[in-house]
Amino acid sequence: MFSFAVGSALSIASILLVVVALAAMLIWVERRLLGFWQERLGPNRVGWFGILQVVADMIKIFTKEDWVPPFADKFTFVLAPAIIMIVVLMSFAVIPFTPEVGVIDSNVGVLFVLAMASLGAYSVMLGGLSSNNKYALLGSLRAAAQMVSYEVFMGISLLGVVVLSGSFNLREIVETQADGWYILPQCIGFLIFLIAGVAESHRLPFDIPEAEQEICAGYHTEYSGMKFGMFFVGEYLGLVLISSLITVLFFGGWLGPAFLPPIVWFSLKAGVFIAFFILMRAALPRPRYDQLMSYGWLFLLPLSLVNLLITGAVVLGTM
Amino acid sequence: MFKLIKDTLLSQAVTLWGVFRKLFVKADTVQYPDEPPYMFPRWRGRIILSRDPDGEERCVACNLCAVACPVDCIALQKTETEDGRWYPEFFRINFSRCIMCGFCEEACPTNAIQLTPDFEMAEYERQDMVWEKEDLLIDGVGKYHDYNFYRVAGKQVAGKDKGEALNEAQPVDVRSLLP
Repeated sequence: MFSFAVGSALSIASILLVVVALAAMLIWVERRLLGFWQERLGPNRVGWFGILQVVADMIKIFTKEDWVPPFADKFTFVLAPAIIMIVVLMSFAVIPFTPEVGVIDSNVGVLFVLAMASLGAYSVMLGGLSSNNKYALLGSLRAAAQMVSYEVFMGISLLGVVVLSGSFNLREIVETQADGWYILPQCIGFLIFLIAGVAESHRLPFDIPEAEQEICAGYHTEYSGMKFGMFFVGEYLGLVLISSLITVLFFGGWLGPAFLPPIVWFSLKAGVFIAFFILMRAALPRPRYDQLMSYGWLFLLPLSLVNLLITGAVVLGTM
Repeated sequence: MFKLIKDTLLSQAVTLWGVFRKLFVKADTVQYPDEPPYMFPRWRGRIILSRDPDGEERCVACNLCAVACPVDCIALQKTETEDGRWYPEFFRINFSRCIMCGFCEEACPTNAIQLTPDFEMAEYERQDMVWEKEDLLIDGVGKYHDYNFYRVAGKQVAGKDKGEALNEAQPVDVRSLLP
């Protein structure tokens, strides 16, 4: 029980702790990196290089008044932030971090992640709807519009990897990359999944549902205190999840030269993508949501279908 | 097709690279309390009252600063010494009103009131923002090192009669016909 193995209590507990702690730390990491990219310093006052900023933020957010507006639909209002935390943490169950660390070896891992990602959209939609606020409603409306446009090609872009590896099991997908990462044969699939991943985790440039400059804070306009904190941490958890997924599906997961242990390889690869997501936030402007929809339906969906078709043809031809 | 790729992917990639390069650029931030910023000598900050090179107060209590002040934050009362020099009996600046516009400095005929580069004047009590003459008066000459009003002005004081100031001619006797 007290050794690392897939599904052991130690494995589950450490994944839960590390992932949630990492998501909280990302608040500081993001602010610091954004600072550097905007020729500022970012928060560097609390603790060493500002690393205790997270603690300060947490104290602040826990001690804030946890207010439910009287005009809101109370049950749904409280439920919505819980959904996003639950579904994103559930998705981590199928991520293979190293050969030993993981929660389950599901043979439908890819589908499970996609299903949980779709459920995550309910959190945003219900949160906006139950707030009974115009801005929040607009935000959830946009979230729904965004979801129908990216979910489709997000799934199809992963099918190329599934065709190549012949498995829906994420662990087997990593193991089949021992002789070459899927980024090379599936570079188009990777780009499409990257774009869909940004939209999935509601990060800039596709943070259309919250769009602070346009609609206040979108779906979480009415949220405060720890309920807002859960949306916030949920967003960072989504960021970690998408980065881990890209690592697992296209960059060989824990595989790498043997001088570093597998978990270090995994963290390095995932860390690069987390930093890249933050860089995108620092650099790219936000499109209108109809632009995202037409881009998704008219360009990325056909492209992902063509990618799947060619991959399938090549795999059939070489069998 | 090529234009679409160029417009969407390439321009985004160029932007990303341009922002990423900033990682290696020195930050513009000045970490203020640890790292004092350079204050320009003409910065309009805390107001002082200066003295002339002889160590006497420059202020002659003419009230021009109080008149010029757009927020009426200066209050003073004129009085005289026995040798005829004017000086303020009290001189009070309410810094909770002062907007550091520098009009008082421009209005001052004797270069007495001057603005300095100091700006760290925060207080916890509003009453502490009111500065009296003892707080305002400094021992130096400020920005003008040689200026002494009573030495250059025609004003008559003890020990300096009419026509004895620097660059001043003797008064013309209008009743005399002598050249």
